[in-house]
Amino acid sequence: MGKKKRLSLAPLTMIGPTTLWLILFLMVPLALVIGISFLTRNGYGGVTMIPSLEAYKALLSKEYVKVFISSFELSILTTIICLVVGYPFAYVIANSSEKVKPFLVLLLMLPFWINSMIRIYGWNTILRSSGIVNNVLLSLGVIRMPLELLYTDGAVLLGMVYDLLPFTVLPIYTSIEKLDPSLLEAASDLGAGKLHKFVRVILPLTMPGVFAGSIQTFIPSLGLFYIADMMGGAKTMYIGNLIKNQFMSARNWPMGAALAIVLIVITLVLMKLYTRVGSLEDMV
Amino acid sequence: MKKKNNPFFTVYACLVYIFLYLPIAVVIAFSFNTSKMNIVFEGFTFDWYLSMWSNTLLMDAFKNTIIVAAISTLLATILGTLCAVGLNRFEFKLKGFISASLYIPIVIPELVFAIAMLILFSSMDITMNMATLIISHVTFSMPFVVITVRSRIAGHDPSIEEAARDLGANEIRTFFRVTLPMIAPGVLSGAMLALTLSLDDVVVSFFTAGVDSQILPLRILSMVKKGISPDVNALSTLMIIGSVLLLVGTTVVQGRLEKQEEA
Amino acid sequence: MNGDKDVIVRLVDVEKEFDGVKVVKKLNLEVRRGEFLTLLGPSGCGKTTTLRMIAGFSDATTGAIELEGKDVANLKPNERDVNTVFQNYALFPHMNVEDNIAFGLVEKKVPKKEIKERVSEMIKLVQLEGLEKRKPAQMSGGQKQRVAIARALINRPKVLLLDEPLGALDLKLRKQMQLELKHLQQKLGITFIYVTHDQEEALTMSDRIAVMNDGVMEQIGTPDEVYNHPRTKFVASFVGESNILESYVEEVRGDLLRISLESGKAVLHAPGFKKEEMIYICVRPENLQLAQAPIEHFSIRGRVIEHIFAGSVIKTVVELVNGQRLRVARHPGEEDLEVGTYVYVFWNPKKAIIVHTVEEQIYNVIEGNLNRMYEEFAEKYSVADKEA
Repeated sequence: MGKKKRLSLAPLTMIGPTTLWLILFLMVPLALVIGISFLTRNGYGGVTMIPSLEAYKALLSKEYVKVFISSFELSILTTIICLVVGYPFAYVIANSSEKVKPFLVLLLMLPFWINSMIRIYGWNTILRSSGIVNNVLLSLGVIRMPLELLYTDGAVLLGMVYDLLPFTVLPIYTSIEKLDPSLLEAASDLGAGKLHKFVRVILPLTMPGVFAGSIQTFIPSLGLFYIADMMGGAKTMYIGNLIKNQFMSARNWPMGAALAIVLIVITLVLMKLYTRVGSLEDMV
Repeated sequence: MKKKNNPFFTVYACLVYIFLYLPIAVVIAFSFNTSKMNIVFEGFTFDWYLSMWSNTLLMDAFKNTIIVAAISTLLATILGTLCAVGLNRFEFKLKGFISASLYIPIVIPELVFAIAMLILFSSMDITMNMATLIISHVTFSMPFVVITVRSRIAGHDPSIEEAARDLGANEIRTFFRVTLPMIAPGVLSGAMLALTLSLDDVVVSFFTAGVDSQILPLRILSMVKKGISPDVNALSTLMIIGSVLLLVGTTVVQGRLEKQEEA
Repeated sequence: MNGDKDVIVRLVDVEKEFDGVKVVKKLNLEVRRGEFLTLLGPSGCGKTTTLRMIAGFSDATTGAIELEGKDVANLKPNERDVNTVFQNYALFPHMNVEDNIAFGLVEKKVPKKEIKERVSEMIKLVQLEGLEKRKPAQMSGGQKQRVAIARALINRPKVLLLDEPLGALDLKLRKQMQLELKHLQQKLGITFIYVTHDQEEALTMSDRIAVMNDGVMEQIGTPDEVYNHPRTKFVASFVGESNILESYVEEVRGDLLRISLESGKAVLHAPGFKKEEMIYICVRPENLQLAQAPIEHFSIRGRVIEHIFAGSVIKTVVELVNGQRLRVARHPGEEDLEVGTYVYVFWNPKKAIIVHTVEEQIYNVIEGNLNRMYEEFAEKYSVADKEA
């Protein structure tokens, strides 16, 4: 098989650079984040090398807890909506003819190729008070004053769902695709009607896909601060915006790092839960 | 397999697609608008496509986006492919550890990665510039390349490479004459994935782009409050068309490459 | 035994261990220049592992492998003057037939003109004219096989290694290719080391066969030697069909042994044995005979269970009184024996082979010499003829 015992150059040259890169630009920075969360802030931005738990203690204060709660609310809502909208959508694609399928998947992924900022900007154009929706409604006489559609929590939610929907759909689609058709036939054969078939056979078997999709939606949603900025006008503070602020305007790095650690912990917990049900490879 | 879709479902799917493409359509539509404000469609014009070139801020950002995307894709693909082939062929002690760490950039929230990069460069007293931007992009796209290429190689017959060695090719020659051509579709997939990730990125770039290395999405973000002139739409439309062409192109090439794989 | 022949590959005390399991155990093998040697054995016997060690894809755990007298341990596969034909062809999918065949020559930096000539020569040799520009994906198994052979042979290796190359072909094609390969080898004079689990294939093609079992080479010899004089029970049952009977030597009269089996008594011509020894006899189906009345000196009785039609031969299965089943090869012209008929089994005393375990091979060597002595003795005194 070519697996030589002697330490030949080949494995080193092939894997070495990548490993080095990962250590330098992934491990080290992450270690720094952890380290910084335990230090004290320096008024000029940056940190002084005095260990402290200030950052973590501050996290427990009322304002920050509120931020956590609103973020979770938003993310959970986003995930649920994405699942509800996305599952039937995935189902339709999976059930299309083999010829059309790849084309449909391509269509689904195409928006992803266009920078999300451009797409969110499109929504901005549609929803602003001088935007399309309002113009249409005004000219139809349905409303008298332009609606405040943009810069609302609803707008942020819309933006999130819009951006993350493909990530929800793909894993679900994959797991529906993998379904063994003979199982469905067996269910029909044993007398299950359509609804029954869905609830008792399809849904349970596609659960791994649903979980993967939820996680791929929930975790990124916590960090999408620019959607909150663009669609919500930075009215409500979410974790993402909070972290960004700590590093930009507030210059409280330990705080920002601590928040990041919290995000990592949440991610790890969710991933642990997920690996009970599915595999990591399915996520890519 | 006979699959038929309930017409209700088909309509539903169409609606979802419309939802997905609505903002894109709007951006494209307004690139032809005679009015400066993106409010009402007044008239059809190509003017913005001409004037956008003189918008230096915009063009600089655009140029940066392309450069960063191109370089980071190249680097990520090379590093990632080598790594994938190496991991596939060799067994060694740290293999599990390296495989696992490749998943980290995929799993952690982008934001966390972004500030980690910020902290790294700041602590080394490096101001953000093109280099930091490119490095960050490579770091988060490389694992995707590795995984994509690896899953492609997995199905391969190892005796083909053995045959090459048997016939006199050393390891390097085997890699270039045999391995690489065989995994080409996978490498292409991986490269496309890296390119997409780079072009689409907002969060990481936000933190790792310097003042003079602004890329397009950040430019747009800063322009939103002030009002965006339609030449942004024009540029965006061009990028959209470019992306579509690229996607279609690579799909075709992929198909051709894969056909010869069926040995 | 083979000192004067030119040895091209030599394995000295070669062992291979995988995860603590010895897959090849103390193998000593000498391959002669220009011969067609087959490594024959069941799956897992170590034959492919041995081949791979010669090719260089695997290192021997202990022992030495020599090519033309030089130890090859430090040579990588691409540095050894040995080429392999792989089991599933391993053709380069992105190259056409010509490029596949020319691969090795390109590596050796042979001038283009020469490459072109040698490639077309090879294509003619393996009868692939007209297919030069085809890609592997568009070819049949048999065609791919020829490309693989051409690709290896064009490099004029000192030794060609073939790892069950015909396994994936259908029967007719396989038989055809067996003959073609044999003729090719004879024409080119290159040493072939061939691996297979198909004993018929080995018997057809080889100059010598090395029968391997569980990492050990149980016997090496010409097809005739291995078939008609198997040294061990395994070789007797693996090569060709055989019926193996356990027996006990009751009486010795010169070269003849009167033996006692569970199912009756019989006579055997086998010099050098003593009374009260336990031996295993192997009688091939074509050497067994049936009669409806007892034969002198033989009292093995059984019942006809079934007749298996195998084309030119009918295999009659006879169940003996102790439950053991024997297969007897008979011709369609012989008398009809209905199922259920009671028959007596006998054989020409000289056509039964005695097999031992590996430990007793040394005994065989001595016995071989003794055999010659007894033959001379028998001729002088004609004792055996009178008795049989």
